[in-house]
This record gives sequence, C-alpha cells and structure tokens, in this order.
Amino acid sequence: MAVGIVSYDVYIPRYRLDRRLIRQAVGWVGPYVLPGEKAVANYDEDPVTMAHAAAFSCLSGKRPPEALLFASTTNPLREGEAGAIIGTALGLGPEVRTVDISNSLKGGTQALLIGLDMVKAGVKGVLVCAADMRLGRPGGLLEMFFGDAGACFLLGDTGLLAEFMGHYSLSYEFIDYRRLPEDRFVNAVEERFIREEGYGPFVIEAIEGLFKKYGVSAKDFAKVGYPCLNLAQYQAIARRLGLEPSQLESPLLEQVGEAGCASPLLILALMLDKAKPGDDLLVVGYGNGAQALWFRVTELTEGRGGKVERALKRKRALTSYERYLAFRGILPVEVELLGDVPATQAPLLWRERKTVLGLWGSRCKRCGTPQYPPQKVCVNPNCRAIGEMEEYWFADKPAKLFTYTADNMAETLNPPLIYGFVDFEGGGRFVFELTDCELDEVRIGMPLRMSLRRKFEDRSKGLVGYFWKAVPIFD
Amino acid sequence: MPGIKDKVAIIGMGCTKFGELWDKSAEDLMVEAFVEALEDAGIDPDDIDAAWLGNQFTEINLGHSAIPLANALKFPFIPVSRVENLCASGTEAFRAACYAVASGACDIALALGVEKIKDIGRGGLPRANEDIMSWGSLGKAIYPNWINPNPGMFAMMAMRYFERYGLTVEKGKEILAKISVKSHKNGALNPKAHLRRQVSVEECLRSPIVSFPLGLYDCCGVSDGAACAIVVRAEKAKDFRKDPVYVKAIQIAADSGQSFLHQGYDYTHVETTTRAAIRAYKEADITDPREQINLMEVHDCFSITELVTYEDLLISERGKGWIDVEEGFFELDGKIPCQPDGGLKCFGHPIGASGLRMIYEVYKQLQGKAGPRQVKDPKIGLTHNLGGQPPRSVAAITILGLEGV
Repeated sequence: MAVGIVSYDVYIPRYRLDRRLIRQAVGWVGPYVLPGEKAVANYDEDPVTMAHAAAFSCLSGKRPPEALLFASTTNPLREGEAGAIIGTALGLGPEVRTVDISNSLKGGTQALLIGLDMVKAGVKGVLVCAADMRLGRPGGLLEMFFGDAGACFLLGDTGLLAEFMGHYSLSYEFIDYRRLPEDRFVNAVEERFIREEGYGPFVIEAIEGLFKKYGVSAKDFAKVGYPCLNLAQYQAIARRLGLEPSQLESPLLEQVGEAGCASPLLILALMLDKAKPGDDLLVVGYGNGAQALWFRVTELTEGRGGKVERALKRKRALTSYERYLAFRGILPVEVELLGDVPATQAPLLWRERKTVLGLWGSRCKRCGTPQYPPQKVCVNPNCRAIGEMEEYWFADKPAKLFTYTADNMAETLNPPLIYGFVDFEGGGRFVFELTDCELDEVRIGMPLRMSLRRKFEDRSKGLVGYFWKAVPIFD
Repeated sequence: MPGIKDKVAIIGMGCTKFGELWDKSAEDLMVEAFVEALEDAGIDPDDIDAAWLGNQFTEINLGHSAIPLANALKFPFIPVSRVENLCASGTEAFRAACYAVASGACDIALALGVEKIKDIGRGGLPRANEDIMSWGSLGKAIYPNWINPNPGMFAMMAMRYFERYGLTVEKGKEILAKISVKSHKNGALNPKAHLRRQVSVEECLRSPIVSFPLGLYDCCGVSDGAACAIVVRAEKAKDFRKDPVYVKAIQIAADSGQSFLHQGYDYTHVETTTRAAIRAYKEADITDPREQINLMEVHDCFSITELVTYEDLLISERGKGWIDVEEGFFELDGKIPCQPDGGLKCFGHPIGASGLRMIYEVYKQLQGKAGPRQVKDPKIGLTHNLGGQPPRSVAAITILGLEGV
C-alpha cells in the first residue's frame, strides 16, 4: 500500500530579525557573524500556535485526520498535552488520537515516520505538525543560528502528492545540545566536537545508510536537504556525498534560521514546492543520531507549490533587538503587568473549550444569524428565537476590521495593545486582539484571518491559556 | 404613559469635593455628602425611612451590601440596599429612592453614591476581571487583555464616527479637544471639581495617547467622592423648603446584546442613550428637547461620548453634533450649556457618585445657586449617566425641573 503526503504547509512568524542587529547589540559578547535574518515568533506565539497555524492551512478542505502528532523540543507544557490543544483548536472531535513528541531535534522526522507507520497500519489520515522556538543566550552563536517556525504534513494513503519510499534511522546518545526542565536557554558542548563527531558523521551515515539499504545513490535524487548547524560542515557533508549544488536544498538559514524539529519539515516543504512529478527527494532530520526519509513526488500537482515562498514573503522587520528580548521576557520592560491575574477557572475552560479554543459560536436556525460567543437566545433584534441554535465555526471564516484602537493601558508585553471589532463574512461580530501588525498598518475595513495565540500564562496552575486573535492580511 | 412626573421632589442634596482624596476614607466621604444633604433639607437623620447606596467597585475599601452605608451613617435599622449598574449606579440609587417615595412605600428616602477608587494605588480604573466588570466568566478567556476596556471601547467609537462622517483623525481630534476645553473652562469655576485648570486645544492635541485616537485630555478624571440626594413625595416638598426640584422623568435602558454581537450596530452612537431618552422625554412631556432643555450634565467619560450623546439625546442631528460643538452650542453661554460643573472630565468620576453629582449640579442650577457658572433662568435640566461601553451599556437619564414646567 502506498502511503505518503496528502497535504502540507508551513508557518513562519511575520517578524524577522536582521542578524546585524544582534551583532550590533551583543557583538561584544561573542564575535559571531551569520548572514541574513532569522524568523522570530511574536510575543504571543509559541510552538503550539505555530504548529497550529501550519496545521490549520494544511488541513483546509481535507477530511479530519484520525491522529495528530505534534513534535517540538520547546513544547510550552512539561505536563499536559499540546496535541489536544491543537486538535481542539483545529475543530477536531475528541476521537482524534493526539500525541506529543518531545525532547529530540529529530522529533519532526520521527513524527513523520511514526505517522507513516500509522497510516500503513490503517489509520485514516495522520496530521504531523512540528514547531520550535529554541532560545540561545544573548550574544551566543546559538542565538544567531536559531529561528522560529512550524510545518505540518497530512499523511494518508490516497490522493498523495508524494509517496513515501523508505527511510534509514539512527539513534545515538550523543551529547550536543541539552536542556534540563528548568533551563530556558539551550546549552551546547564544544562546537567542533558537535560538527566533527555528531552532525557531520550522523547525517552522512543516515544518507549513506539509506543509499545502501535501497540500492540507490546520490544521483538518483532530484533534491537532498538537511539542516545547517554549521556552515562549513554543511558544505563538507554535501561534498562528501558527491551532491551537485543544484541537488542541495536550502536549509533556509538566511531566511528563517535553524528551526529545530521543524527544520527538516520546512526543507521537505521547500523541496515539494519546487519538485517535478517523479522527482525523488531525500530529507534528513538530525538529533540523537539522524533520520533520512525518501519521498517520490507523484503526478498530482494540485495543492503543491509556493507554500514556503508565500510564508517567506509575509514579513516585517523587527527593527529592535531589545524588542525581541522583551517578547521573550529576557529583558524586563516597564509595561502594565499587574501580576494579580485572576485564578484560572478550570471548570469554565473545560465547559467552554469549544468556544475558547475552537472558536465555535452559534447560528440561529430560524434567522441564520451567526453569533459569537454562542448564544441561547438569538441576538438578532428582529428574531430573538429561544433555544434554536446550531454550532457554527468562526475560525475559518474570512473577516474584516470594523473598528479598532491601540490601547496604551492594556496588559501586554508589546504595547500598545491593538484590538478591534471583527465582522465575519456571513455574519457575526466580536472584539478581538489584533496581532502581527503595527498601528501604522491598521485600517478600518482591512481583511483579517483568525489565528490561535497565547493569551495568558497562569504560573499558579502551570498552564498557558490560548485564544484567537485577528491577523491583518496585507497582500 | 405611566411614569413618575412631578410625583417626587428633591429637598436636599450634598456632594463632596471630588479628587484624589488620599486622606479621606469612603466613610469620610459618605458622612460629608450626607451631612450637607441633611442640612440642605433641614431634616434629622431619623426622618429618613429608607436608603439606597450606589457603588461599583465595592471591593475597593467599601465592601459588599448596603451595610457600609448603614454603618457609616448609623442608620437605626431602616431598610438600606445597595444597587450597582456600572457607572450608572448613582442614578440607579436615585431611581430606587424616587420609586420608593412615588409608590408610597415611604415618605423620605435617601440615595447616596460613593467611590474610593484611588486606593488601588495606580492610575486608571481597577482591573476588569470577571468579578468586577460583569463580563461574565468568559472574560479572561476571550476578551482582549485590557486592564480596563473603557478607553479602548470608546476610542473605537471615535474611529467609526470619524470614518462615517468623513472626518480625518486630525479634524476629529480637534473637535473632541474643543469639547474638553469647554469642560475645563467650566470646571475651573467650580471649587468642588477635581481638575480646575483651563486648557487649550493645542494642549489637548499634544497630550499622550491613552487609547488611539483618544489622548489624555479626551479622558475624564478618575476620582474619589460621594454625592447624596434626599427625596420626598412631591405634595410634601414645600413643607421642607420653598424651592424643591421636581423629578420629571427617570428612565434607564440596558443593551440587549445586539450592539456587541450583531453587525447591525454602527458604533457611531450609543443605542441605550437614545432608547432611554425617548422614554424620558415622553415621561416628562418633552416634545422638542433642543428647545425645551435648558442645561444638561452628560456622561463625558470620554470626549467622544459627549459628542455622540448630543446626537443620542436628539439635541443634535445625527452626524452634526460636531458642528454644534464648533458653533459653541454647548458652551456655558450657549443655547444648551452642557457640563456647567465641569462634567466627568473635570469634576471627576467617582463611579458610583457620578450620577448623583450630575443631579446635584442640575438641582443647584435650577435653584439658581450655581455661583459663577450659573446658567440663566433654567427650568428644565437633564442628566445622562452611562454605564459600560458603547456596545454594552446601560444608560440612565433623569429630567428635573421647577414646579409646574
């Protein structure tokens, strides 16, 4: 039975930080220079929201998957399942099997392999999403390298864009990057050791292992892609494998940065975007060993192409390194954070999970008016029918900005807090925060789409509250 | 139409100075307003049959129920209740007292509003969480992370108003500034006002943005204070004083939810104000408010609120309130002086007291006792007390007048 990729998409946060800004601010700490820019998650984003964003568009118009796998080394939850949050926010029902895959950088490719095995075993549709936002210490090399992104693949056995051909996986206990539960920043051992004993050899061993396993060679592949953890070693791997420069897929280091679990998935998406039918693609995930995955592109071209380019085009420069530090809470800034957050009400969040995480509202069966949050009595003044509501999903509805403000007295790490009333196409209005925009870009009437974001953090309960915000569409 | 026109009269009122009263407790303020009202009415505390307390932020050094009022004034076990309807709580207390008297349930009733919000120890209003801003328990989960929604929610009305009537943000802000300049001019004449400094349009326009496009001078003061009214059945009023002020109408309207959740709302007006106004005019037999009303105190929590209120009260035509502003219609020497006491803008805004403070000013004006800010021979005055925000509001309107008008 052929299994493979049915749909895919990527998510790259809108803000990009020019690496020269990092150099200007903290170059005195370390003499590191890397070209280009890195993608940085907004203050209200995390791997859950980035994976959700990629999954949301990946799943658009598709049948609900039976399983959802989420891979990240920076899962915001230590205990508690991010996959369940993402699933609820995708509008999936409780039958979906949700799994979090954590801790290893190869989690992205690992999730793909597990998902493919599940499809082979008869699971109808597995959604694999991965995202990471790893933190390097200010002034360190890792900070220069790391970028934030997410990617998602829907796996299945029909309507394949690319067929899974095989893989070769290695598992090693190799000490390169490590974090203990209380660590915010990634710790690395000596860089020379990582690249010469781990990164280089493992990627090569995985690829050569796959070649040997299936009796293929480098020339059989239209594209080969693997993350870049070191510029010189990245090139050395390609030379060692005898790859032509045209065969080597960009790791997007200069546009996004090294995005952990999401990196190989981003690279695979980029390869799929540009591939011709029949192309063989090889992608490698690195981390505690390495994994090489082989896909063959099918004749099906609908739904394939332009995904990464579109995500790369949606960008705005973050013009201040300090603002990035504030987003991450590294630099405390004098904003209105009262601290006395009311205690999270677990019974409420459970009862209203579809309203809050799913952005489900109601629609009056009598007059057809959509309304959010769901009402019992119709809000249409000419109707007011009692108890005649059906569920209605707002998350996928196009919307427009009815009015807005920028509040300097609100509680946010990114003042002023921009919010406005959002009119959904087909009816329904509510007030939402706007995000991924600056005040000078906002206009009444502009088109919006809804995006899952972090809303609050309740340290006393050890949880993150998520909700939807409106994101302006600029193109 | 049923109503209480001329069935109830005010025989005494008191109002403290409003402001950042660091050295005064809620108890101090309640007693001060009460004593002035008692002396004004010429009655004893024991003459009061029932009392209502209006207060919103009861958590801020007051406490739930009406017991804080009963205890502070040492009422001898009479009926005392607390009412709360956001910023309209003061008028709500007044309404309860008037209805009690009109119904014949008691002879003399008292309404007192108080707020002690400056004790929170920072600027602005207390945090809007699910406990104190009545957003329902979904509040923290789905509403924006505002500390208080008011500046933003009214700022969004300014954006819609400017958009709808073709005003640039610059022009719109200039009109709003003129509204604030007028209130500062009046407030400067009022010894009880919180803010007593005149300001220029340029100063207003230069002020820092609180919630775009509203700047600091578009926002009212946040104050401590208390105000108090004593009412009796109209036919008994002359037993207490020769110049009682008669209640011509009290109406409130609460939004049905359509202004928040339904796309039919234009966000350039406040529907509850209009609904309450239409009913109040009917109750008071007012057919042409632009001609018949002689002065008013409206709920200018923000300059834009005052602007749309001119229209919502059917004084200005829709979309033309700003033209009346430019023509000086609402100045102290204009056709309908608005905010003669400085309004929320300058008299200040101790939430639960504000509705009664407005009534206090109209009462004094009708009696001809408003000193340097006295309006010439007013016969009918209106107060407009708004709770909540444009899409989610409760409006309370009272119309007061002299005998026989």
